[in-house]
Amino acid sequence: MATAETVLEHEVHEYDSKDAWSGGKEPFKTSYGKLMMWYFLLSDAFTFAGFLIAYGSLRFSSSTWPVPDFVFSTAPFGIHHAPLIFVTIMSFLLIISSVTMVRAVQEGHRENKNGVVFWMLLTVLGGLGFLSCQAWEWTNLMGAEHMSVTTNPFGTHTSDGVYLEDEHGHAYKEGKKPEAFKARGSYLIHKHENEATGKEEWVQRKVKYSDGTLGVQELGPPAFGALFFFITGFHGFHVLSGVVFLLIIAINSGSGIYAARRNGYEMVEKIGLYWHFVDLVWVFVFLVFYLL
Amino acid sequence: MGHLSYEASIKAVYRGLILLGFVTLIEVFISLLAKGHVIKGAEQYKVILYTAGLVMIGLSLYKAYFIVYDFMHMRYEVKGLAMSVLLPTLLLVWAIIAFFQEGGSWKARRDQIKEKNAEEVDGKTQGGLSLRNDVYVLPEWRG
Repeated sequence: MATAETVLEHEVHEYDSKDAWSGGKEPFKTSYGKLMMWYFLLSDAFTFAGFLIAYGSLRFSSSTWPVPDFVFSTAPFGIHHAPLIFVTIMSFLLIISSVTMVRAVQEGHRENKNGVVFWMLLTVLGGLGFLSCQAWEWTNLMGAEHMSVTTNPFGTHTSDGVYLEDEHGHAYKEGKKPEAFKARGSYLIHKHENEATGKEEWVQRKVKYSDGTLGVQELGPPAFGALFFFITGFHGFHVLSGVVFLLIIAINSGSGIYAARRNGYEMVEKIGLYWHFVDLVWVFVFLVFYLL
Repeated sequence: MGHLSYEASIKAVYRGLILLGFVTLIEVFISLLAKGHVIKGAEQYKVILYTAGLVMIGLSLYKAYFIVYDFMHMRYEVKGLAMSVLLPTLLLVWAIIAFFQEGGSWKARRDQIKEKNAEEVDGKTQGGLSLRNDVYVLPEWRG
């Protein structure tokens, strides 16, 4: 005789032994592809966190560190002394491309093929715009300001003082008032061609600190260059691969492959998750590298 | 996702755009304020620098929450999925705090060594050791 209890027991037993393991049930009520995309993004978040932790602990352990709004104060078309403006534009490009991606996913739910392709192509444009800006930023830092993975020309004064030489490394002319600087003030060491040897050399100006000691403008902590190029480069590589996959999926959408699939435009959702993650990482790269 | 009508979800997307843009602009403004670009001399106060830092971290976390929950639809996933992604991420917060603490202590140690190196050596020094007044050095000690 089957009482309510035995029926319940029977069901539980069956669930444990067969149904849960016999396939057809989606864990977390989502498809395999989307779940794995979430876990890939989780592992990627750990990689980025490793980079940012390295940046933070090295910065905390150094007595001086380049001030970001001094380092990132140039923009194309000869704009100088515009702190953080260019990088804010880059952030907006990523935010806008994230929004167009959400629109593409929405059109995918409506099975609107042309809508998906249109909004995905706009997203690609946003990504390419971001990459172009980053290419300019890197070119400027490497070519004009001579930053590299091993050298960082951006320094910070540790105490008040005055310069004993002008910008070109020559002694001041008679009667010229020497330039003063304050503690925590930023400077960029330029490279000039040495007339005698014809080689490019750093112009490290002689200085006199307020306590009377003499010294030269020192190059900044070298880790800054390596961290900058590796972290923004790793993020830029994510954007680049995102653009490639967006293009592939946009072409597939246009060809009508997804319209014939049982799970419809789920591929658009998956690349959408990835693209939002790239934007998400930039939120923290922007915070750590440029804002703080 | 079928939780909102098509028109309502489009509206929500553009509201999200305005929200993210606005928060980003506030962050940039706070950063420039703390570095003394808005008010001259503000960069000299550590209090302003730390407060601005905390506010910017808070705003960035809010942006991250918004992107994950609205744009990536975490809001509509079951709780187990959300937790399996978010709880491991919380471990990172611990790691970040621990490593920054470590960095800070490297700096303290380096500064201490620098300070000790700059100290003047007096007559009580034996073999490179600076000894306290109540320490007696045995005659055999060669250092």
